[in-house]
Amino acid sequence: MNGTQVVADRTADSAPDVPRPISRKPTGADRIFVLGTRSVGASVLAVTGGIAVFLAVQAVPTIKHYGLSFFTENRWAPDQGQVGIAGALLGTFTVAFVAMSFAFPLALTTALYISEYAPGRIKSFLVSMVDLMAAVPSIIYGLWGAYLMQPLAGDLARWLNAYLGWMPWFHVNSDPHAAQWQALQYSSSAFIAGIAVAMMVLPMAAAVMREVFSQTPIGEREGALALGATRWGVIRSVVLPFGKGGVIGGTMLGMGRALGETIAVLLIISPSFDLKFRPLEIGTETVSALIAGRFAEASSVQLRALLTAGFVLFLITLVINTFAAMVVSRSRSGAGTDL
Amino acid sequence: MTTTTTHVAAQGNAPAPRTFVRQLDAAPPVRPVDRVRTGSSTATDRIVGIGSAVAAIALGWVICFQLLPWGSPLGFVLVTFVLYLLIVTVTTTAISPGPAVADRVAAAAITGGAAAVGIALASTIVFIFVRAAPALPHLNMYTQDMAGVGPRDPLTKGGFFHAIVGTLIEIGIAVAVTVPLALGAAVYMTEVGGGFARLIRTVVEAMTALPSIVAGLFIYTVLLLGLGLPRSGFAAAMALSVMMLPIIARAAEVVLRVVPGGLREASLALGASRWRTVWSVVLPTARPGLATALILGVARGIGETSPVLLTSGATTFLVINPFEVQMNSLPLFVFSTVRSGETLFIQRGFAAAAMLLALVLGLFALARFLARPRGRR
Repeated sequence: MNGTQVVADRTADSAPDVPRPISRKPTGADRIFVLGTRSVGASVLAVTGGIAVFLAVQAVPTIKHYGLSFFTENRWAPDQGQVGIAGALLGTFTVAFVAMSFAFPLALTTALYISEYAPGRIKSFLVSMVDLMAAVPSIIYGLWGAYLMQPLAGDLARWLNAYLGWMPWFHVNSDPHAAQWQALQYSSSAFIAGIAVAMMVLPMAAAVMREVFSQTPIGEREGALALGATRWGVIRSVVLPFGKGGVIGGTMLGMGRALGETIAVLLIISPSFDLKFRPLEIGTETVSALIAGRFAEASSVQLRALLTAGFVLFLITLVINTFAAMVVSRSRSGAGTDL
Repeated sequence: MTTTTTHVAAQGNAPAPRTFVRQLDAAPPVRPVDRVRTGSSTATDRIVGIGSAVAAIALGWVICFQLLPWGSPLGFVLVTFVLYLLIVTVTTTAISPGPAVADRVAAAAITGGAAAVGIALASTIVFIFVRAAPALPHLNMYTQDMAGVGPRDPLTKGGFFHAIVGTLIEIGIAVAVTVPLALGAAVYMTEVGGGFARLIRTVVEAMTALPSIVAGLFIYTVLLLGLGLPRSGFAAAMALSVMMLPIIARAAEVVLRVVPGGLREASLALGASRWRTVWSVVLPTARPGLATALILGVARGIGETSPVLLTSGATTFLVINPFEVQMNSLPLFVFSTVRSGETLFIQRGFAAAAMLLALVLGLFALARFLARPRGRR
């Protein structure tokens, strides 16, 4: 009774008890911090997203004007009213395909070598060499491809044409057994451009693959070894199945980069819009090389068409990258790096 | 023997505290059996490997240069490698069971593939420097520009000083624009979070797929044609920024995300505000990683030719002002000189390429140095 009285007294002469307001709203410096970073984030979003929107908006009149023929016409002859990216798209995919057929096996073996065979002492050195290879500018690889690889790859192309020329994709319109073989016919081709591009995408693919391989659970490795597996047995039965997502994802990421490569391709190829799949033969055109070659003398309509071509290239790359990211992230275990 | 006897005698008389002395005269201790070294090659393996290699080289030489008209260097290497794989298969089958054969062949193929990549990288670097060698020793290459230098002028005239300055100015502006934006966005994505941050992350990640030539074309259309700016170093820097922004933002976000959450929680539990936590805990922890991300982004930007090709224009003389006039840069200089077809210009182009490569290698070494754990510096 007495106690109640006291409490009653206290409530009488002060404000009634109310729960302290709890708010997750930041105050003071935190408020500025959140607002500041949010506005920076918003501007980054505006800049990067703005580009995509701008490209998409530019594409609308072009598609309206040329219709579906924009995708089926192979020639880029704006003076004659014929503008299409079929030839350039085919060339882009040809170069990327050649690049991947070199880069994929080499990236896979490099990644396997670094994660499985390399002695521990030089492992980190090799990893940073792969990173270095990714940092070398594309124009350097362009020079390498145009001046060092061109004659060597020309020989290889003639060999392929001579012995495997009955397959349509190794065929070149030139007699490989002629006493004076036409070296020119084998130069400036999608094949050589693809070799240079392979050097650019290879380290990217190899880095992703190696990373995934190195996450292979040690217990499964040891289990395979304890069952008597050889080193190759461990790779085949543990490392490759575990890293399958990384192999696919890394390859696709490399593919995405190969599609957009400009300067090395521009240095090597000689432009041609023919719809052909003969990578060994002179002449091809890629979307990015088309943009670099045609932007200067383009009228505003043509520029819009070029932007549309760029937008199509961007969309293709985006789809491939997104797919790759999905495959890679799904293949990883959810292990975090928390303390 | 004497020691032992006295010992025993002493034991018999007085069971006092005693010292044990190793019995010198007893049989020497058995040496532990050598650990079986797994995974390393035995002498037989090595001999088989070397023998197969020699056989493959010899047979490859016979096939390529004596029997068939395949005598190109690349062809010889390829034929030799295939022969090596075949011979290793045969020789290993003769001395080992099935799984060992597969293992040996796989090892040879994988090592060969990795070696091919190493050779390709080494040949790139060596080739650039070898082709640049005639021009590199001339000091004027680094101190003069190309104003008034004709196609027939010797290598003692002209250089790419203007291109170096142009590259540094352009990349400087690009970094000044990109880094605050990218870092701020990365901090927002990891430290504040929420739906809006997820949206930013998605868009930024998507925009890393933007081909650099399209970034250049965007700036060309908007800034040069739309707003009427002149071709200039500033426009080139904007094109580089547009290209680098998503790359650096994404790399920085990845680096910040691996900062252990425990550190953040500890800081918050000690009463620090979120801002304090980011500034004094998260960013310092991630500093080496952030530096690496930034430097690798810069290395990428320095070597990128296509955005610059569309936006900066090329001059033959030194330009300091990035806003009014055209400005040359190293990759563009390389591209235009090599395309000119003049022998001496091509040599200058290779020298500039070597300079560019050296710049990138230097940046790369710096990034590695910064990324090292603190204790080992």
